[in-house]
Amino acid sequence: MARAVKTRTRIGYSIAAWTVALIIFFPILYTVITSFKSEQEAIAGFDLIPSLTLESYKAVQTQNDYFRPFVNSVILALGSTVLALIVAIPAAWAMAFSPTKRTKDILMWMLSTKMMPAVAVLVPIYLIFLRTGLMDTRTGLVIILMLMNLPIVIWMLYTYFREIPGEILEAARMDGASLRDEIVHVLTPMAIPGIASTMLLNVILAWNEAFWTIQLTTTNAAPLSAFIASFSSPQGLFWAKLSAASTMAIAPILIMGWFSQKQLVRGLTFGAVK
Amino acid sequence: MGSITLRNVRKAFGDVEVIPGVDLDIQDGEFVVFVGPSGCGKSTLLRLIAGLEDVSGGQIMIDGQDVTEHAPARRGLAMVFQSYALYPHMSVRKNITFPLKMARMDQDEQTRRVEHAAKILNLTDYLDRKPGQLSGGQRQRVAIGRAIVREPSAFLFDEPLSNLDAALRVGMRVEISELHKKLATTMIYVTHDQVEAMTMADKIVVLRAGRVEQVGSPLELYRSPANRFVAGFIGSPNMNFLEGQAAADHGAHAIGVRPEHFRMSLTEGSFAGTVGVAEHLGSDTFLHVDLDDGTHIVARAEGEFAARHGDRVWLTPEEGRVYRFDAEGLAI
Repeated sequence: MARAVKTRTRIGYSIAAWTVALIIFFPILYTVITSFKSEQEAIAGFDLIPSLTLESYKAVQTQNDYFRPFVNSVILALGSTVLALIVAIPAAWAMAFSPTKRTKDILMWMLSTKMMPAVAVLVPIYLIFLRTGLMDTRTGLVIILMLMNLPIVIWMLYTYFREIPGEILEAARMDGASLRDEIVHVLTPMAIPGIASTMLLNVILAWNEAFWTIQLTTTNAAPLSAFIASFSSPQGLFWAKLSAASTMAIAPILIMGWFSQKQLVRGLTFGAVK
Repeated sequence: MGSITLRNVRKAFGDVEVIPGVDLDIQDGEFVVFVGPSGCGKSTLLRLIAGLEDVSGGQIMIDGQDVTEHAPARRGLAMVFQSYALYPHMSVRKNITFPLKMARMDQDEQTRRVEHAAKILNLTDYLDRKPGQLSGGQRQRVAIGRAIVREPSAFLFDEPLSNLDAALRVGMRVEISELHKKLATTMIYVTHDQVEAMTMADKIVVLRAGRVEQVGSPLELYRSPANRFVAGFIGSPNMNFLEGQAAADHGAHAIGVRPEHFRMSLTEGSFAGTVGVAEHLGSDTFLHVDLDDGTHIVARAEGEFAARHGDRVWLTPEEGRVYRFDAEGLAI
């Protein structure tokens, strides 16, 4: 039976939740509002009602081509995700279904690489990119982004695969399934929700990545995160244009996240609650 | 055909030896039950036969062919798991067809076999449902259906009824026995429930700590248990054991008497005691009696026997129904 919660307590919780949500969301909201202001309005001070001008968007589009970094973002996000899955699925598979004594240690070790500040390896990676001609190429960035997110992808898939009962795989083996049949007909269909939410999360992480994309690109491979950054320096600060660029950069991923939020929440809490 | 032979089959997990060496012959068409307390290695032994675990030593032969190194699918066996292990994303029809699809069987033959199996198991109306929409008993039938369509040389059942409630379990027990009569295929059935073992088996293999304690028909084990463990494990309620003077009188270290082999009297007999709990079932009466020397005895009388808590009763073992055991627990 559901616990009876007093109406007053419920209202209290709702107000608190909405307040926290608004505080978290406010910077994004203010960015969107500012993007519809003129530059004068933008620097004039705090104001929640814009004049709804599109001049910043036009300026951004004429000054810097939006299309190119957008395509780069798509390629980097999808490319690094697909590559990560190709590497992570067999890895997670092996760790989930034939673990050894060291499996837990390997998982911890992989996760520990995420605890290191990225800037700590900037110099060696920068030099490697310079020597191998990967600087400012999509290939280089796809590899770097894949490596950055690989630990999380493997962890998530591992948790998903662990939820699949081993007996079902044994049943498939008894039924005459080869390893390939087992993967194609039994495991993958059962793990699809998990693989999908892992993919979504990785696309978002790769899309939003700003450290490596800014450090390792100039123009050719620069994605939208670098595109935003390019508005902050040379000609001084133009708040409205910067906001317009930011809005255009986050819009695609925001829309995608909105439509897939159910999957995402499931992916992020999987294993913790059933 | 489905004769299975184990020759000194051993299994160790790391340093822990769970099966020190088992020899066993299973004839074609036999219903063999592996029974024993939990952790006795009965499921491991079944998984070794299935090929889901590798042996640490010894040989497994099916129909005279050494299959020790063969993959599970190549052994021609089918298995029904405790958790049913159905494919949750496939319909009942697809679940049952799966092994045939893996065998690249021709489409018409697949349909024929699936429909035949569905008919035998009363699943025809459920073929398009997903396992999640079925009851426990129906899921169990799907698992059995998936096993029979392959027409395997033997069926392996790993505690298939332990997830079902008591009433359903009795029903499914009968269904599996009938299926065995109908198919006349070798079946190996693992359970910790000695009633299942007694009612279903042609041959029971009693296991303890990975060792075979005794092999025989249900009544052989009931009538002539090889040792105290088998004597205590087979039969319900369990056999009573008496030591001390009562055993010495029979020239043994311990004697065993089954609850149904006591004569009860309110006036005279061999052992006197006080009734603790009296269970009146109508068809039988079970008395839990504390003998004067402190031994706790369960005795059964057929029909109604007028004794209540606190009454004095006398128990006398029936002639020729006293089992004698030496200090090692072996039957004399």
